[in-house]
Amino acid sequence: MDELIFFINRVLISGTVLGSIYALGAIGVTLIFGILRFAHFAHGDMMTMGAFVAFVFVTILTGMGITAPIPMGFVVLPLAMVTTAIIALGLDKGFYAPLRRRGVPSVTLLIASIGVTLMLQGLIRLIFGSGTRSLYINESKEIFRIDMSAFGGSRPITITEPQVLMMVVTVLIVIALHYFLTRSRLGKAMRAMADNAALAQVSGINTAVVVRVTWLIAGALACVAGTMLALDVALMPDLAFNIVLPIFAAAIVGGLGHVYGAIVGGFLLAFAETLAVFNWTSVLRPLLGWLPEGWQLPANLALVPTEYKLTVAFVILVITLLARPTGIFKGAST
Amino acid sequence: MSTQTQGFRFDLADPRIRAITLFAAMFVLIVIVGFVQGAANTSLLLTQATAYALIALGLNIQWGYGGLFNFAIMGFMMVGGAAAVTISAPVNPVFWDSDGPIMLAKALFAFLVGIAIVASVRQVSRIGITGFWRGMLIVFAWLAAYIIYRSQLDPAAAYIESTAGYIGGLGLNPVLGWLVGGLLAAIIAFIVGKVSLGLRSDYLAIATIGISEILRAFVKNMDWWTRGTQTVSPMPWPVPLPQQYQADGVAIAESFVYARLGFLVVLVVILALVLFLVQRAYAGPWGRMMRSIRDNFIAAGSMGKDVKGRQLELFVFGSVLIGIGGGMLANFNQIFDPSSYQPINHTFMVWVMVIVGGAGNNWGVLLGSFLIYLAWVVSDPMAQAIFINLSAWTQSIGWGAIPEIDSRALQMRVFVLGVIITIALRYAPKGLLPEVVRKSE
Repeated sequence: MDELIFFINRVLISGTVLGSIYALGAIGVTLIFGILRFAHFAHGDMMTMGAFVAFVFVTILTGMGITAPIPMGFVVLPLAMVTTAIIALGLDKGFYAPLRRRGVPSVTLLIASIGVTLMLQGLIRLIFGSGTRSLYINESKEIFRIDMSAFGGSRPITITEPQVLMMVVTVLIVIALHYFLTRSRLGKAMRAMADNAALAQVSGINTAVVVRVTWLIAGALACVAGTMLALDVALMPDLAFNIVLPIFAAAIVGGLGHVYGAIVGGFLLAFAETLAVFNWTSVLRPLLGWLPEGWQLPANLALVPTEYKLTVAFVILVITLLARPTGIFKGAST
Repeated sequence: MSTQTQGFRFDLADPRIRAITLFAAMFVLIVIVGFVQGAANTSLLLTQATAYALIALGLNIQWGYGGLFNFAIMGFMMVGGAAAVTISAPVNPVFWDSDGPIMLAKALFAFLVGIAIVASVRQVSRIGITGFWRGMLIVFAWLAAYIIYRSQLDPAAAYIESTAGYIGGLGLNPVLGWLVGGLLAAIIAFIVGKVSLGLRSDYLAIATIGISEILRAFVKNMDWWTRGTQTVSPMPWPVPLPQQYQADGVAIAESFVYARLGFLVVLVVILALVLFLVQRAYAGPWGRMMRSIRDNFIAAGSMGKDVKGRQLELFVFGSVLIGIGGGMLANFNQIFDPSSYQPINHTFMVWVMVIVGGAGNNWGVLLGSFLIYLAWVVSDPMAQAIFINLSAWTQSIGWGAIPEIDSRALQMRVFVLGVIITIALRYAPKGLLPEVVRKSE
């Protein structure tokens, strides 16, 4: 039983949290790709920026003496989402829209998004410095310990309050997005445009509005993902730059342009990463009795060493690109 | 083009006049920087910029000639640096006296056995196993090969790291190390290209970024090979070091200038040779074929050109130059520090050099590399000056000083790079010296 609890603590919970973050980021990437047909590389830094926007709001509210029963990072989330969404719209107006109007190929937009990445990263570090900060000002992470003695376990399942809230927020966002995309007029227009932009335009869909809404949604989701990452780990200027690649991997594995695929891809990659570096020895310990005399389990039975955690995502990405380039769900193939 | 009139007219639209003017402007800029920053700093800057120019020429072969995305520049530079370590770093006698070499040989043998297993299992279709079961067998073969390799490498790595630290180098001439770096980069580029060149451009971009990160993870964590985060230092030079000049009685400040100029001469000779070769290749039938593949690979393919094979060729050639440049920088900086490699400083800066200079135009890329490296180096002290003035102002109005000026000012470089590339894409998408397209009459 203890082994199962260990497994739940180490794999199930952290994998779910990481998966939520990947999924929310990958949805943004995949939406932008579906509508605008380019790989938006600055998405990771949009996430970092969203986290810093949340940080500014948290600092202001805490400075005003406002407290809440849940972590302040979640209280300011709606406000930060709106702000980041507006900034994302501004980025599009300032940097991508002029290029789009000129009708440049999508690779130029990709390079432009790298320019935006560099600018955002430089700007964030110029303003906030390069040190590590915390979104918890005057508050601590509350830890829930679920007692497992009733099931014969000696250790509790531990989960922090922010982790529970992250899962709840992710579920809410995914449900809301689902209803938006399938029920609302605008959501249907978005799907139509992702499917065939020219056809959508001649059927009277206002593509400019769709593009704007795409940026708003992508920005808001990036803010949520970035804030969650900052709440789970710590707030650093290069917080999300390392994570933009797994997010792209998730979006591609799920099929670029495919929202549900991005969610599946995000969780798939997060669990693959967590399981790959998980030390199986601790779970297999009950089997020790079955082993022949004199056999020992090695002290470390992880599939890949922890230092190579990041490479797991890329290996999966490369295999996907080779075996099924359109992703596990059929993605946009232009 | 409107310059059909006879006689000399100063017209910036003429590619030749434009090039001469811009190079002259760059020369003036370097002289100004030289007066402000001093000869020692300028010789440092110029030598590094020359190495980056070589790397940018490599990218120009891939992106400018062939339209191939390569975001794995950092990875290939690290490979070049690691090769430079192995060839040129001093011999580590502790390693050679221990069991390390034998254990490493065993690991290499296990690696080859693994390759043999995978290669033979791939042939099972000949004995009638096809489809799903063949796929499963191949997956298992990969797994078995991986386990065999790890079972030999892990103890060897642990043993070497605990006894000798790392395998050390061979103590040979650094120039040889650069060539080996280029060769190693070529081998990796061949494998990478074989796997990923069929992908669409944006998939290729992301795949190469992934490969770059994988290479970084390996070079950084193979402590037995590259000493990982403990860094290898000092790396030898192919020319006399400043310390040798000082031993001969040259003043310290001047010894650095002489030594760096010596290194610079070596690099300039190599760069000139490479520039001559790639320029010849570009102008010749080979370059024409590559451009035709870049501009319309379907048409080129239907004319009987081996599109995939040619693209692989370009990818390998470009990567060789990147690997050589990476080795040069490792030797010149006298330190190989795997954790100092960042996508921004390496991959993206080289991309900015090529795009600002003019993709497809070797002279433009040369100009772009020096200009961007200059901007990259100069924006730090300039930002510092701005910050110090700003800080004095905020203090005078009672807001207090700005903290951490040094570390913040350093980040200005990243911002400047982003601004430059955005402006270039918007107002000069073909670069300062665009590719000259000659149309036959």
